[in-house]
Amino acid sequence: MVNTLPQVTALLPVLLLGFTGLALLLVDTFRPDTRSNTSMAVVSALGALASLAATVWFVASGTGSGDTGGAILLFADAVKVDTMALFFTAIFASVTSLVVVAAHDYFHDHPNPATFYSLTLFAATGMSLLAVANSLAVVFVALEMVSLPSYVLVAFLKQNRGSVEAGLKYFLVGALSSAIFLFGISLVYAATGSLMLGEVAGVLGDIASDTDGIGSRSGIAGLGIVMILGGVAFKTASVPFHFWAPEAYEGAPAPVSAFLSSASKAAGFVVAFRVFTEAFPVGASLSANINWVLAFGILAAVTMTLGNFAAAVQEEVKRMLAYSSIGHAGYALIGVAALSADGSGNGAVMGAAMAHLLVYGFMNTGAFLFVAMAERWDVGRTFEDYAGLAERAPVASTAMAVFMFSLAGLPPFAGFFSKYFLFMGAIDNGFLWLAAIGAVNSVISLYYYSRVVKALFIDDPASPTALDAIDVRPTALYAAVVFAAVATVLLLPGFGPVIETAEAAASALF
Amino acid sequence: MIVEALIAVAFASALLVMLSPNEWAGRLAFALSLIPFLGSLYLWSGFDGSGNALTGGEIAYQTQIEWLEVGGRSVSWFVGLDGISLPLVVLTTFLVPLAILSAWTPIDLRQSQFYGLMLFMEANLLGVFTALDFFLWFVFWEAVLVPMYFLIGIWGGPRRKYAAIKFFVYTNAASLLMFIGFMSLVFALGDSVSSFALPEITAAIANGGLETWFGISPGRIAMVAFLAMFLGFAVKVPIVPFHTWLPDAHVEAPTPVSVLLAGVLLKMGTYALLRFNFTMLPEQASALAIPIAAIAVISVIYGAMLALAQKDLKRIVAYSSVSSMGYVILGLIVFTEYGVGGATFQMVAHGLISGLMFMAVGVVYNATHTRMVGDMAGMADRMPVTVGILVAGAFGYMGLPLMAGFAGEFFIFVGSFSAPALPYAPLFTALAMFGIVIVAGYLLSAMQSTLFGPFELATDYDVGPAPFHDVAPLAVLLVAIIVLGVAPDIFFEMIRDAAVPVVEGVSVDG
Repeated sequence: MVNTLPQVTALLPVLLLGFTGLALLLVDTFRPDTRSNTSMAVVSALGALASLAATVWFVASGTGSGDTGGAILLFADAVKVDTMALFFTAIFASVTSLVVVAAHDYFHDHPNPATFYSLTLFAATGMSLLAVANSLAVVFVALEMVSLPSYVLVAFLKQNRGSVEAGLKYFLVGALSSAIFLFGISLVYAATGSLMLGEVAGVLGDIASDTDGIGSRSGIAGLGIVMILGGVAFKTASVPFHFWAPEAYEGAPAPVSAFLSSASKAAGFVVAFRVFTEAFPVGASLSANINWVLAFGILAAVTMTLGNFAAAVQEEVKRMLAYSSIGHAGYALIGVAALSADGSGNGAVMGAAMAHLLVYGFMNTGAFLFVAMAERWDVGRTFEDYAGLAERAPVASTAMAVFMFSLAGLPPFAGFFSKYFLFMGAIDNGFLWLAAIGAVNSVISLYYYSRVVKALFIDDPASPTALDAIDVRPTALYAAVVFAAVATVLLLPGFGPVIETAEAAASALF
Repeated sequence: MIVEALIAVAFASALLVMLSPNEWAGRLAFALSLIPFLGSLYLWSGFDGSGNALTGGEIAYQTQIEWLEVGGRSVSWFVGLDGISLPLVVLTTFLVPLAILSAWTPIDLRQSQFYGLMLFMEANLLGVFTALDFFLWFVFWEAVLVPMYFLIGIWGGPRRKYAAIKFFVYTNAASLLMFIGFMSLVFALGDSVSSFALPEITAAIANGGLETWFGISPGRIAMVAFLAMFLGFAVKVPIVPFHTWLPDAHVEAPTPVSVLLAGVLLKMGTYALLRFNFTMLPEQASALAIPIAAIAVISVIYGAMLALAQKDLKRIVAYSSVSSMGYVILGLIVFTEYGVGGATFQMVAHGLISGLMFMAVGVVYNATHTRMVGDMAGMADRMPVTVGILVAGAFGYMGLPLMAGFAGEFFIFVGSFSAPALPYAPLFTALAMFGIVIVAGYLLSAMQSTLFGPFELATDYDVGPAPFHDVAPLAVLLVAIIVLGVAPDIFFEMIRDAAVPVVEGVSVDG
């Protein structure tokens, strides 16, 4: 298909998210007294869905793919729209729409939720901007555009000590890693003289033995790459920058936890996937004596093991989900950790990681939204408090069981395919050890995920009156949870187009 | 498309029953479960397959639709029937309505969920026995665990939580081991296979497609894969010493679930052993003939001795399943027409007989609320019809001629006595035959003390004849057992047709 529209329309998904956020802010400014939680939620959901629709339409029509003339470059090549960017935008837009719909009920008695919706949409705008960034400067700006609203969102319940404390911790660690990330960018710039991803790669290959006054340029570049890796590790909540994650996810309002652990994490991965394939391709990096593949491999192994073991000993469901989300960051890191210089299977493994992030977007968001529902019901936070919920809320509990089994990687849910294709991709590329660690972790995760299911369905409630509060039926939350569950189930039969799109998008990078 | 229709009908029925009110969920489930049964009879009447589906035989009702492609290998919706799968499909669709009927009396809690899960399990079981693509098969294989977990965990006996989790963790860990075993085969086949279709993989292995992989020689990979898959399936069968989950699961599971567990679920293990281990890797199987035969004989004798030591009627039947499945393994390992065919026939026969026994014990339990041998005596006075059928079933278990169990065991012993592939075959056969004596011993002594003599009961229940809907499934099963015993050819012809190519896979020198 020949793209007859002006090229800039390729940014439509990003612009839709941003304009929706601005519109919400405008209404909130001009009509502060008549704003309503419902209309705000509806407008943000419509904005996110419009963005999702535009994204899906672009992917379907092949915008930015190799068949239609390749990636669309805009703004002096600083922005690049390709299939991978659109794929990730689809993840961000889906999670955002689920989160804003669910937030409607979560903030039912909050005096001023309007800021919540606009901040969420601004963060989503930043994420989709990250996906299209083609220059390290844009990457940094977009990353900050994700981070700043996120800090506020975590501390959004300002009467709640936990929320404020979590926001503060998140902010401090975030500011530190932003600084590290920025310093890394400047070192890379110093060594290569460029901020454009493609140009950095071009220079990187030539500087292996090149020294001038201040020492080895490849050494400087290597240091910069390690620092950028640190920034990525922060955003994806990977070891060793994971400390903020359990605190922030636990203290934040549950829809925000869902948003951070699904969308924001995926945003971190899009940076990793793009920067480390386009700016520091494996071959060029290795010839400059920089082996970040090994660094990512160790990171992935440690992250998934630590996340899963820590999740297994938690007593609170939300905290368990927070740690398990660290574990899942470890799985997704395989997408960059299992790359090899010859590149034959690189597209497959990174594509599998992308598909996993898409599936994860639904199942993990759904799980946190179920926690939001439990918070709305005031049933408590521990596994024991969840006991017997299935009897009073069978639909939501079934959805939660779907999320848990899917996160554990059991068929017939989509998490099964995405996880196993990831491991298979790793094996095919010669990283048997990574796949083995992943598989063992997967078995461990089944233990703590099934604890939730056991509590919901099999255990008896602590007291006969324990579940009286759940007579409330938050419609929007239910809708979001059920929709996420249906998506988690349907993505299994529909996995073909997903994995093929992801593989094609990832292969275009190599 | 009839196979798909059966699976789809079972899934849709599950959903419908799940949403129906508790009062008539049982009746609705029974009515709906007759549709797959009639469908499978239709499949049987029009069956035109020949040979073994995996070794290039004519597959009946075959459908192959491309599903997705991963790393250059395609996954497809590939289902079909041969002489080995059809009897098991008929067995499944035949047992499920009867199990549902037998649930009307004991299940008095959350009926719609219970029957819905039973039908959901049926759908997945049908998938296991018809799928011919590894991924499709694995999805169904694992999906069986989920309803089983709930069925034991919610409706089971006092130690149901322990039993459910033990079952879940044991069988899931086993599945992982098996998955790794199979995948290492696929990876070692390299480019010589382009899909996960089982016939293609079988053919590639037979043609010597295994390559050195990660520096491991093809022969060693095949052996490791064989062992991993064997251990994985051994848990499901179960074979001593991996059987310990079975008595727990059986004793805690409600009667109708035990019926399906023993009747169909255990056959998944032997079916998979036959399909994967013995058909795909016959050389490795015959290299390990002596140890496997020894394990089979130990399962027969040890299972029977454990049954001898039990006081709980249900435990007696459960342990004797371990014993009976030992015969099936013996039949498979001898690689003769009658051995492999008899083993398959015994799967069906044992499905019917153990189903009958569990159901009859359940009926007695419904009336007396005890299953302990010492707690009751003279049941024959109060419920003559039930007891009559129970005694008949016990004779079937002991292998009385003209009943299905006799036919199955007879075929196996005929096949194993002079098996060229198994050294010391007569010795193994004679030892296994000894198991029959023990079976007769414990069944007769249990019958003697509970059923006959003057009536006596340790509990206060008023014992009378069981309701019609409890006795009817028993009678139907007994008729089926006798029909299959008198005319084994209704299944054995097609089974033998599919078993011969498996046997031909082994070249016996001398």
